[in-house]
Amino acid sequence: MNAIVRVQREDFDLNQEYQLLKAVNGQCGAVVIFSGLVRDLLPPQQLLDLTLERYPSMTEKSLNALVVQAHERWELLQITIVHRVGKLLPSEQIVLVGVSSAHRTNAFEAAQFLMDQLKTRAPFWKKESLRLAPQQPVYSQWVAAKDSDEQLAQRW
Amino acid sequence: MINVLFFAQLRERLGCEKLLIDNFSGNTAEHLLQFIKLQNPQWDSIISENKILVAVNNSMAKFSTELNDGDVVAFFPPVTGG
Repeated sequence: MNAIVRVQREDFDLNQEYQLLKAVNGQCGAVVIFSGLVRDLLPPQQLLDLTLERYPSMTEKSLNALVVQAHERWELLQITIVHRVGKLLPSEQIVLVGVSSAHRTNAFEAAQFLMDQLKTRAPFWKKESLRLAPQQPVYSQWVAAKDSDEQLAQRW
Repeated sequence: MINVLFFAQLRERLGCEKLLIDNFSGNTAEHLLQFIKLQNPQWDSIISENKILVAVNNSMAKFSTELNDGDVVAFFPPVTGG
């Protein structure tokens, strides 16, 4: 089973990850890559930054468990999951899920499965630092989990 | 002895990152959380009013999961990564 799972502060390079995903062997016919970004708030609110906290000893274990489930469920060649932690600015990359397979359907489905599960099962938490309006003071709040994310995870 | 960890806003609101529990006589993660509330009555409303998930030995668990001596039990809010 081929998998790369990394949790890191540094940014990642999409093309580098793509080259690794498609380099598995000559059987690769499809690569699907999802990249999640830090989204700014709707004006007049302004997001200053986002801090990602994790449960260190559990994070990689939970991501590896998702990789095993995806490999059991679909015929895949390679899975890559990279998740960043620490302080991130608007438009920065947070997460990458990449899947390669012989055929596109498996790669699309597995990538969606992995993201849906990651968002509701992997121990990461976001805290945002924001302003309600340009001249307002800065304050921090934890991002609340969405019911819609839980529903998406349960469809699998 | 059971190692208890708190994360994210639960850790912040309790003002506590970890606890060592050495006189716990219950069976499950639910019993453990009730025990912690009894020992720390000032935490009662924070624990009771917020949705909390539990992990045992680095895997997601249920509140009905049975605990053993030496377990690491983490309590935290619903996750928001990705």
